[in-house]
Amino acid sequence: MKIRCYPFRAIALFAAVCALSLAQGPGVQAQGQDRAPEYYKADIQYGAQIFASQCTACHGTSGDLIPGVNFRAGVFKRVVTDNDLRATITTGVPGTEMRPFTFGASELTGIVSYLRNMNSTDAKNAMIGNAGRGKELFNGVGNCASCHAVNGKGPRVAPDLGDVGAVRTADLLHRKLVDPADNLLPVNRSVRAVTKEGKTINGRRLNEDTYSVQLVDEQEHLVSLTKSDLREFTVLKTTPMPSYKDKFNAQELADIEAYLLSLKGVK
Amino acid sequence: MKYSQRTSFLLALSLLIPFALRAQVTSERLLHATDEPQNWLTYSGSYASQRHSLLKQVDPSNVKNLELKWVFQAQSLQKFETTPLVIDGIMYLTQSPNDVIAVDAKTGRAFWVYHYATSPASRPCCGIVNRGLAILGDTLFMATVDAHLIAIDSKDGHAIWNVKLAEASAGYAMTMAPLVVKDKVILGVAGGEFGVRGFISAFEAQSGKQVWKFDTIPDPDQPGHDTWRGGDWEHGGGAVWMTGSYDPELNLTYWGTGNPGPDWNAEQRPGDNLYSDSVLALDPDTGKMKWYFQFTPHDPYDYDSVQVPVLVNSNWNGAPRKLLMWGNRNGFFYVLDRSTGKFLNGKPFVKVNWASGLDANGRPIATPQPAGATTYPGIQGATNWYSPSYSPRTGLFYISAWENYGTIFAGVKADYVAGTRFTGGANMSPVAGAENPTGTRTGPVNTYTEAMGSGAVVAIDPATGDKKWKYEMHDVNTSGILTTESDLLFVGGREGYFQALDARTGTLLWKQNLGGEIIAGPMTYQVDGKQYVTIASGNGLFTFALRE
Repeated sequence: MKIRCYPFRAIALFAAVCALSLAQGPGVQAQGQDRAPEYYKADIQYGAQIFASQCTACHGTSGDLIPGVNFRAGVFKRVVTDNDLRATITTGVPGTEMRPFTFGASELTGIVSYLRNMNSTDAKNAMIGNAGRGKELFNGVGNCASCHAVNGKGPRVAPDLGDVGAVRTADLLHRKLVDPADNLLPVNRSVRAVTKEGKTINGRRLNEDTYSVQLVDEQEHLVSLTKSDLREFTVLKTTPMPSYKDKFNAQELADIEAYLLSLKGVK
Repeated sequence: MKYSQRTSFLLALSLLIPFALRAQVTSERLLHATDEPQNWLTYSGSYASQRHSLLKQVDPSNVKNLELKWVFQAQSLQKFETTPLVIDGIMYLTQSPNDVIAVDAKTGRAFWVYHYATSPASRPCCGIVNRGLAILGDTLFMATVDAHLIAIDSKDGHAIWNVKLAEASAGYAMTMAPLVVKDKVILGVAGGEFGVRGFISAFEAQSGKQVWKFDTIPDPDQPGHDTWRGGDWEHGGGAVWMTGSYDPELNLTYWGTGNPGPDWNAEQRPGDNLYSDSVLALDPDTGKMKWYFQFTPHDPYDYDSVQVPVLVNSNWNGAPRKLLMWGNRNGFFYVLDRSTGKFLNGKPFVKVNWASGLDANGRPIATPQPAGATTYPGIQGATNWYSPSYSPRTGLFYISAWENYGTIFAGVKADYVAGTRFTGGANMSPVAGAENPTGTRTGPVNTYTEAMGSGAVVAIDPATGDKKWKYEMHDVNTSGILTTESDLLFVGGREGYFQALDARTGTLLWKQNLGGEIIAGPMTYQVDGKQYVTIASGNGLFTFALRE
């Protein structure tokens, strides 16, 4: 049995394996350090939108209405690290008007990214996505719904995106849309297996260990294969998901990102 | 029930063409679940809930060659009470609190995990547990400890819809596997220790829209309300926390109900307290009740009647009859006519002194014990929720029993405070120095011993209610029971042993120490021509098959 990885060959792949790979796995920035090494534009813009709708009533658009706090100038009463910021937002400040907020991880990443970059961010002219238009693009010209389901509605050959807005940050979604191959979650990679009897099975990997691999095949069946039964097993590093870098303009990308960020899972 | 030609054909087809039956689980397939014994399509194996499989590759002659094939370790230290489903080679199981895992039924390797973040307000009385799933089409259905019902895609483990049935903060919870009938998902709520008002409800499988709701404790405008005094009914209990059964010919579902509230202080809720401790026959389309039968009126002992209803078509006094068999927590084994609810027979299967017997209508002849005296069976009952089994081959009803187990009951006044315990008891063990035993023992040392009595598998002849045989255990028995067409009986126990008995005689044929308390029901299935037997023990799910 050969086990190797090699570049994408269109003929070997079924078109539906659009492994956007956004629905599982890590998606938020590391939280074990004072500040993230880098704050990303998409997260900052997402945070700016949340800030405008949730925070400005008390903090003001410049973040300087509370005495002793000036976000734009980086002045806080008790916050030092990004984790302090997250904690203050999610637990509130007892005895003050600052109540606890129930933001998800991607929303918190956005808010923290914005607060750390208010001074250099032109929120007024930020690209604001429209989730409604993004949904139309998702189901229409973007052709996303030909591979991805949303909350169980749609094909299963690529991951269901019903909760992608809760588990992936705005920046990761943006990068995935413009450069899908380099931002593929490894477990979701396409695989090709050939049994000793010569049967070929293509699918999206769900799990793998030393002796076996689990996948969803082109017919949307869950299939578990024993490697010793295979003549060939290949993990593909590429993805049939197209890049939308040139297909969508900046506003359209913002729209579709806004739609994906609105998908918070079934509550 | 016979091993029909249709069954043989389907089984042979499934073995020859492994992918041919990878179709959706239609309501038609659920109606004929026993015709595809390679699968396990419902919590109890079929709508009749006999937990009997037509598989017979493993038989009394070769059961000694069973060997462990794989183990799934739950990512939880809570009790592991799940009975998995198996559909065409894929197993679906639940782990605490409310995770669903799809695994390869041959190897135990996982395809996906669905995790549901339960509300911190949830407060199930007796463990953060889940007992299993239902399926229709490609959709799994799970009830949660914070009283939600969730539909989950069986192919990729994503939630499709999620509906809230009741307030978890008020003590409502759900631990049962739902029951799918036609296009509906039907289930009930737990919470009998919190003074909830129980109900059973049906939801459209497609959308999650509620179709009907049946309150198990009637309000002033409903029949049966006159069995309550004043406003006692408002916190009257009657929880429904085990999966029901279904007779498609009668178009009736059967559900057991739990204790009235407060559990033990019956003085503060005079009357029969309908429909607590009863079996209810409900129309699955409308939720209307056709009949009820109350096992323990005005119950001061917490004798929940939530046992799995077992449906059997058999001769009764020489004529064919649709029977309902019920090994009750109150210590009596009952046979009812499931068309009408008429009582046919009842007899104790353990030591009983709270009643001297049953009258012609099946109503207990109560013999309350004096203050300070021991009542049998005790708080945990003669049995509890663990699934019994009925074998059409032997014609016997099998039940896990607690023998010689009693409690000194003492009711005390309970005040209802939403979300807090509403039980009203100061009960004691009759054994000096022993604590009042709990429903489960989690450690490897049996510190209760005689205080808990002892356990047994009891084989009952339904025609007479007499015991045909008994397999005794030192510790009490918290396991469900599985029988197979090869006359094997699989059962676990609190001691951690997984055992195979001869269903005809009760003779021990095989045992394996799995090292953890077994508080779940065994099930069996077949993939690629090999029969597997699965049981949860401790925090692992263990699967056995014959050695090659």
